Amino acid sequence: MVAAAAPRRRRGHAPGQQHKSIWWALVAWIIGLIFFFPVLYMVLTGFKTENAAVELPPKLIFMPTLENYRSIFSINFWPFFQNSLIVSLVSTAIVMVLAIPCAYAMAIERPPGWKNVLFFFISTRFLPPAGIIVPLYILFSPTGDPELPFGGLNLLNTPQGLIILYVAMNLPIAIWMLRSFFEEVPRDVIDAARVDGAPTWREIVEIVVPMVMPGVVATVFLAIIFAWNEFFFAFNLASIGTSTVPIFMLRFVTAEGLFWAKLAASSTMAVLPIVLLGWAVQKQLVRGLSMGAVK
Amino acid sequence: MAIAESRTATADIAVAAPAAQPRRPRRGWPLIWPALIYALIVTQIPFLLTIWYSFQRWNLNRPKQRGFIGFDNYKVLLTRDPSFWPAMLNTLIIVVGSVVLALALGMLFAELVNHPFPGRGIVRTMFITPFLIMPTVAALTWKNQMLNPNFGVLDWFLSTALPGTFAPNWLGEWPKFSVMLVFIWRWAPFMMLILLAGMQSISEEVREAARVDGASGWQEFRDITLPHMNRFIQLGALLGTVFIVNEIDPIYILTRGGPGDVTTTLPYLVYKKAREAFNVGMGAALGVIVVILANIVIALLLRALNRILQQED
Repeated sequence: MVAAAAPRRRRGHAPGQQHKSIWWALVAWIIGLIFFFPVLYMVLTGFKTENAAVELPPKLIFMPTLENYRSIFSINFWPFFQNSLIVSLVSTAIVMVLAIPCAYAMAIERPPGWKNVLFFFISTRFLPPAGIIVPLYILFSPTGDPELPFGGLNLLNTPQGLIILYVAMNLPIAIWMLRSFFEEVPRDVIDAARVDGAPTWREIVEIVVPMVMPGVVATVFLAIIFAWNEFFFAFNLASIGTSTVPIFMLRFVTAEGLFWAKLAASSTMAVLPIVLLGWAVQKQLVRGLSMGAVK
Repeated sequence: MAIAESRTATADIAVAAPAAQPRRPRRGWPLIWPALIYALIVTQIPFLLTIWYSFQRWNLNRPKQRGFIGFDNYKVLLTRDPSFWPAMLNTLIIVVGSVVLALALGMLFAELVNHPFPGRGIVRTMFITPFLIMPTVAALTWKNQMLNPNFGVLDWFLSTALPGTFAPNWLGEWPKFSVMLVFIWRWAPFMMLILLAGMQSISEEVREAARVDGASGWQEFRDITLPHMNRFIQLGALLGTVFIVNEIDPIYILTRGGPGDVTTTLPYLVYKKAREAFNVGMGAALGVIVVILANIVIALLLRALNRILQQED
C-alpha cells in the first residue's frame, strides 16, 4: 500500500514538474543567450566585411568572409601572439617547478609554521600590482636608480621581465590549488612509497602528481589563463614594441567604427586559446579561483 | 612460489616498521624555500622600495631635484591633491557596485543552472565564458559593438524597442555605469561558480523536506539556500573586491579614467601619476595607500579562507 502510493504520487507530480522544467529551460536559455550575446556577436563580426560590421540592424545570417583573418596577419598580430605564448608557457612551467614541491610540503610534510607561509603566499597574490609598479619600472629600466646597488636590469619591454612577474603572480594560486589536491592523496599511498625508500622527488613525480593529474592540469591551465590575459604589468612595463596580445589589442582603442571587423577577428583569435582551455577545466575553475577553498 | 612468499613477508615487515619506530622528523622546508625565496624577492623588495620612494621628491622629468621629503607626498595627496579623494570615492562606487551586482547576477545564474533542464551544460558554459574573455577584448567589444552611440547594438535595440525614449551615449553620459557593466559582465560568472559550488553542497534531503512541507520556491530559496550560502557570498564578495580593484584595463580602454576623472580609480591614478606624469614619489605614495586599503579587505579575506581551512582539518 505504502509502496504503491509513492510511485503514484511521483507520477501525479510528473506533468507539473515537466511543465515547470520547460519554462525553466526557456528562461535559462534566454538569459544565457543575452549574457553570451557580446561574445557571439564578436565572433560573427569577425567574419563580416568592414561595411557589414557596422550595419544596423545587425545581421545574424550573412555570407561569411575570411578576409579579416587574412589581414590580421599583415597587421603584425602573429608576433604578439607568439610572444604571449612564450610568456604564458614559460612562466607557467617555472610556476609548476616551484609550486609542486612547495604544495607537496604544505599538504603532506607540514613542517612547523607551514600555515603562516601558506598565508604569506596568498597575501602576495592580493597585493595590488599598483603597490609595486613604480620601483619595478625603475628597476627594469636600462639606467635604474643610481642610489641602489642593483637596478638597470634592462628588462623593460622584454618577455623575460613579464615572465619574472607572471611567475610571482601565479605562484600563490598554484600552491594553494595544488595543496588542496595533494591533500586528497591517501596517506597510505605515501607511506607505502616511503617504505620503498624512494627519494622525495621521485615520490612527488612518480606517485603524488600522477594521482592528482586532473588537478595539476587544471592548475597549469589556470596559470596560463591568468598570464595570457594579464594587462597591468604588460601595459606599464612592456607596452613598446612587440609585446603580448592584450597590448596588441590597444591599437583598436581609437578605431571608432573603422576596423570593427578586423578588431573582431583579432579579438576572436586573442581569446580562442583561453576560452578553449577554460571550457576544458570548467569543473576545476572554481577551485583555482577560490584558492582551493571551494571544491 | 617461494620467492613470492618471501617477498610478501619482507613487505609485511617493512610496512609494519614505520609504525613501530617514532615518526621521523618532518622534512619539508627545503621543498618550500625555492618558492618562498622567489616570492619574497619579486614581491617584497619592490614593495619596500615603494615605501622608500614614497618619502622622496622624485619626478623623472626633473631628476636633479630628487631628495628625501618625509611624509610630504602623503600630505599633498591627502590634503591638496584634487584627484585623490574623488578617485577614492570612484573606487568605492565602482568596486562595491560591481561586486554587489555581479553577486546578484551570479546568484540568479547559479540558481538557474542548479536545476536540471535540457541543455543545462551549454547554458552554464555560456554563463562562464565572459570570464574567460581577455579583459581588453571584453572592454573593446563593449565599447564599440555594444555601447557605441552610432553603431552599437544596445542603443539600436533600445531605440527600436522603445522609440525616442532612452538611447544615451553610454560612455559619455553614464561612464561609471559603463565601466561597471564590463566588470559585472566579466565577474558575474566567477560569482556564479562560487555560489553554485555552495548550492550544490546543500543537502538534497533538507530541500526535499522543505518541499514536502509545502515551501514555495521562493521560501525554499530564502529560508534554506540563502542562509547556507552566507559563507560563499562572503568569499565571492571579498575575492571579487581584490580582483576587480586591480583591473585597470577596462577603465583604460573604455574611458581612460574620464570624462574628467569620474572613472579614475586609485590603481588607475597610480598609473596616471607615475607613468603619465613621471612622478615617482607621488605614484609610490599612492601605491602604499592602495596597499594599506587593500590590506583591510585582504585581512577579512584571509580570515574567511582560514575558517575554511580549519574546517578541513
